[in-house]
Amino acid sequence: MSRVRVLVGTRKGAFVLTADGKRERWDVSGPHFGGWEIYHLKGSPANPNRIYASQSSSWFGQVIQRSSDGGKTWEAVGNKFAYEGAVGNHLWYDGTQRLFEFARVWHLEPSLTDPDTVYAGIQDAALFRTTDGGQTWRELPGLRNHPSAPAWQPGAGGMCLHTILLDPSTAGRIFIAISAAGVFRSDDAGETWRPMNRGLRSEQIPDPTAEVGHCVHRIAMHRSRPNVLFMQKHWDVMRSDDAGESWKDVGGNLPTDFGFPIDVHAHEPNTVYVVPIKSDSEHYLPDGKLRVYRSRSGGHEWEPLTKGLPQSHCYVNVLRDAMAVDTLEPCGVYVGTTGGQVYASADAGDSWTPIVRDLPSVVSVEAQMLP
Amino acid sequence: MIRVVLPAHLRTLARVDGEVKLDVAGQVTQRSVLDALEASYPMLRGTIRDQVTRQRRAFVRFFACEQDISQESPDEPLPEAVASGAEPFLVIGAMAGG
Repeated sequence: MSRVRVLVGTRKGAFVLTADGKRERWDVSGPHFGGWEIYHLKGSPANPNRIYASQSSSWFGQVIQRSSDGGKTWEAVGNKFAYEGAVGNHLWYDGTQRLFEFARVWHLEPSLTDPDTVYAGIQDAALFRTTDGGQTWRELPGLRNHPSAPAWQPGAGGMCLHTILLDPSTAGRIFIAISAAGVFRSDDAGETWRPMNRGLRSEQIPDPTAEVGHCVHRIAMHRSRPNVLFMQKHWDVMRSDDAGESWKDVGGNLPTDFGFPIDVHAHEPNTVYVVPIKSDSEHYLPDGKLRVYRSRSGGHEWEPLTKGLPQSHCYVNVLRDAMAVDTLEPCGVYVGTTGGQVYASADAGDSWTPIVRDLPSVVSVEAQMLP
Repeated sequence: MIRVVLPAHLRTLARVDGEVKLDVAGQVTQRSVLDALEASYPMLRGTIRDQVTRQRRAFVRFFACEQDISQESPDEPLPEAVASGAEPFLVIGAMAGG
């Protein structure tokens, strides 16, 4: 029976949770890198024992860690993220222009086929790639050199490139998302980029339908259907059926369409999960209830999933990278909270149980399958 | 032999216990000590000085002989007591945060 490994990044370290296919008993290791912020860690699809972690602190900056044994041991690899060529400006909170400045790595996306190739999304927004297992990182500067870059602006958490989706069926196609600029797509392996924000409407910017400037919180795809994308925007849950060329609102009957994560069932490309948050000014759950919402119709109709989740006095948040699915049957779903809990469902969301409940605030959750 | 005291997080990252001892060629300055430190412990690159600008990170301080020498030129000679190994060069995580 396959096993599952869940990689949890928190404000104070990383944790590695493992279980057999039943997903009833979990072994917890960590904290790894105790005291450091772990924005993200993710394993290689080509070699699940190769894991990369983004470790950072306000004091000591950015470190990239690499494991080749499934998270048992780690080694620090390259951490130099230098913009290529002229750095250029972006829009600052006060409306002035400001130089791009590296702050941290938000997201690491290993190649689908090569364990030594990894993409890194950083703040201030840019895309980097390593092809030597993290020893050296080079920017793919075509994105930051896009003519719209001077109009990109930071969201509340900083101007981060937080989502990287590698299209498994169209060679060279990459989707990224930046808060607050929006979605961009490359069809030439990251050399050139086009904004993919038609259909988005954001009342928080002067032109609500502008080509860029949208605070996209997360996008997700199913491997079998990469032209269909789902988006959790600052407000609005959206869907694209044409590889990002256009978007339609599929928030339907959600109690609120503000939130951060969004993910797709491993075996049902039309089954989507979100965690509605009360509002952008409160950043906690509505009605004190942790409800994961599931749509089995690709949006519009949503059902609350509550069995096993706290339904009173719960005011946590679920951040953009803190939801994941496994590929077991039935599909497993994992949600990490800012209260330090990681809830797991081994039945596609019908019921939940906390597999850890008192970690530091959870920033990211990823699930890996092990033989 | 130059003695360097690192903060706990950087000792963990560098996998060292206690003080680090370094041979520094030429004049003993902040720059030459940190260059030698990073040469011996490459995982510390970028954690004390910015990788690109080589400037001291904002929340890192340098102490020697009970003085804060963070604002001194990186090419200023360090006190003789540090150069001789009688006193350590301290890398400090600034007291910040809650």
